[in-house]
Amino acid sequence: MGNPVAIIGIGQTEHGKRMDVAYPELVREAVVRVYEDAGLEPDDIEGIVSGTMPSMMEGVALTHFYLADAMASKGKTILKTETCGSTGMSLAHTAYYWVSSGIADLVMAVGHEKMNEGDSQATMTTVGDPFYQRYFISGAPGVFSMQSQMWSVRYGLAEEKIRDAAAFISLTHHDSAFDNPYAHIKKRLTAEEIKTARIITYPVRLWDVCPNSDGACAVIFASQKMVKKLGIKKAAWVKGVGFSGEEQFFGDSDKAVWQSAVLAVRQAYSQAGIKNPLKELDVAEVYNPFTFQEMMFYECFGFCELGEAPDMVLRGSFTRNGDLPCDPSGGTLCTNPIGATGLIRTAEAALQVMGKAGDHQIPGAKLALSHAMGGIDQFNGIMIVGSEL
Amino acid sequence: MAKEFRTLKTSVNLPYELAYGPIWTRFFDGLLNKKILGTKCPKCDRILVPARSFCPRCFVDTPEWVEISHEGALTAWCLTNYRYYGQPVEPPSISALIRLDGANVDFLHLIGGFDLGDFELVRRKVKNGMRVKAVWNEERKAQIFDIKYFEPV
Ligand SMILES: [Zn+2]
Repeated sequence: MGNPVAIIGIGQTEHGKRMDVAYPELVREAVVRVYEDAGLEPDDIEGIVSGTMPSMMEGVALTHFYLADAMASKGKTILKTETCGSTGMSLAHTAYYWVSSGIADLVMAVGHEKMNEGDSQATMTTVGDPFYQRYFISGAPGVFSMQSQMWSVRYGLAEEKIRDAAAFISLTHHDSAFDNPYAHIKKRLTAEEIKTARIITYPVRLWDVCPNSDGACAVIFASQKMVKKLGIKKAAWVKGVGFSGEEQFFGDSDKAVWQSAVLAVRQAYSQAGIKNPLKELDVAEVYNPFTFQEMMFYECFGFCELGEAPDMVLRGSFTRNGDLPCDPSGGTLCTNPIGATGLIRTAEAALQVMGKAGDHQIPGAKLALSHAMGGIDQFNGIMIVGSEL
Repeated sequence: MAKEFRTLKTSVNLPYELAYGPIWTRFFDGLLNKKILGTKCPKCDRILVPARSFCPRCFVDTPEWVEISHEGALTAWCLTNYRYYGQPVEPPSISALIRLDGANVDFLHLIGGFDLGDFELVRRKVKNGMRVKAVWNEERKAQIFDIKYFEPV
């Protein structure tokens, strides 16, 4: 680890279908809020890192130029980071590395997307090469459904049990979204409704998959020196980061126990000194665009043994009153402005350890994990934050 | 929303001419002649399909060519039941990972050749590990759809 770094400000838009604003106005909404939250002015910031999923989601190739004014970037160093679905986490990592290196004391990360302005799944298929893979990945749901299917067969998990566990996850997250003022989909569902909803990519049905959201998230990272200078009392200190990638061809590596997820979390745990995540973590914001896949992450992150997640889910281990509350914000399942989504995970983890999560606050949370994944089943990134340096 | 605001309808449509390079050219020429070709890594001994010029793990050249079986076992599958712009096949369709006999990695393609209309029947029929075999298009163009899909043996 480099020099200590803290998150000192968070700004989110109300996420949803936001045809009421142009893209730069949407981004500015988050940026104005992050400055209000941190008590800073744009002039205070030295560097900005911005990112989306594939830029062509909104039909403009270099969004950090288009959105330069909305991020008040004139006269500042500006970077763009993109790692597909894990973009938001990579934004947090980039800002962290920048401050941690000692080069800057205050850096803003901004993630943003307007998924309702294009054809999101068609855009996502362009992530795949046009020689071999593009035609078979079926947008995002295709590859992640195949992965979950592989996992369930590997561990001999009864289809009915996984279906029940996935419905449990969907129902509880959709309930939680009511307590998050920024969440997109707020809907009271029954398990029966979820289990019989329209198939999108089997086994994924309508309420097992995240929505197309428009939204932005901005987070300010500060050096220890700056936290002291500004007299900031509530900060979320970065305790560990990890990132791991896999080969370009989807069929080249085993996805049932997702190695990049395992390696990324191992790296972050080692930095944070975490030995027993289920006991030591107070809350986790797992990147969960698909209910089935969320269970795989619980296993890859060591929250339970391999193949054990559905039972643990059904016992309520990961609810807001459980052993390790996961996605009390409603998670990606309810809100997915994709370039912002990973950064929202880190922002939500930070809000939890600062005690600022409002109605979805986990009481007394001191150590929180945030996560995002992306690519054609290719990347995983982790950031762990804590209330103490 | 109090007021409806204007929207701009626009599109981006750009032509490309992408180089296959020698290895992928040979692989797709193979498909033209109903052959599935892989390459073998001299370091880890894995047979990679589609053929590569180098092993992504060992980062060494893979000059040895291997003809791969048209048959294999299903590793994973997913039925797609929604539409998006530019979709290459009509839904419902089934994307699949297939471990072709002799290969050490999974091959991504479609399975088909049976009725996909009734999902319950599909679910009962399609199982991981089931044997599948390539079905070739009569008209081949040296592209990935020279294989129409893989059908159950
Ligand atoms: Zn090798």
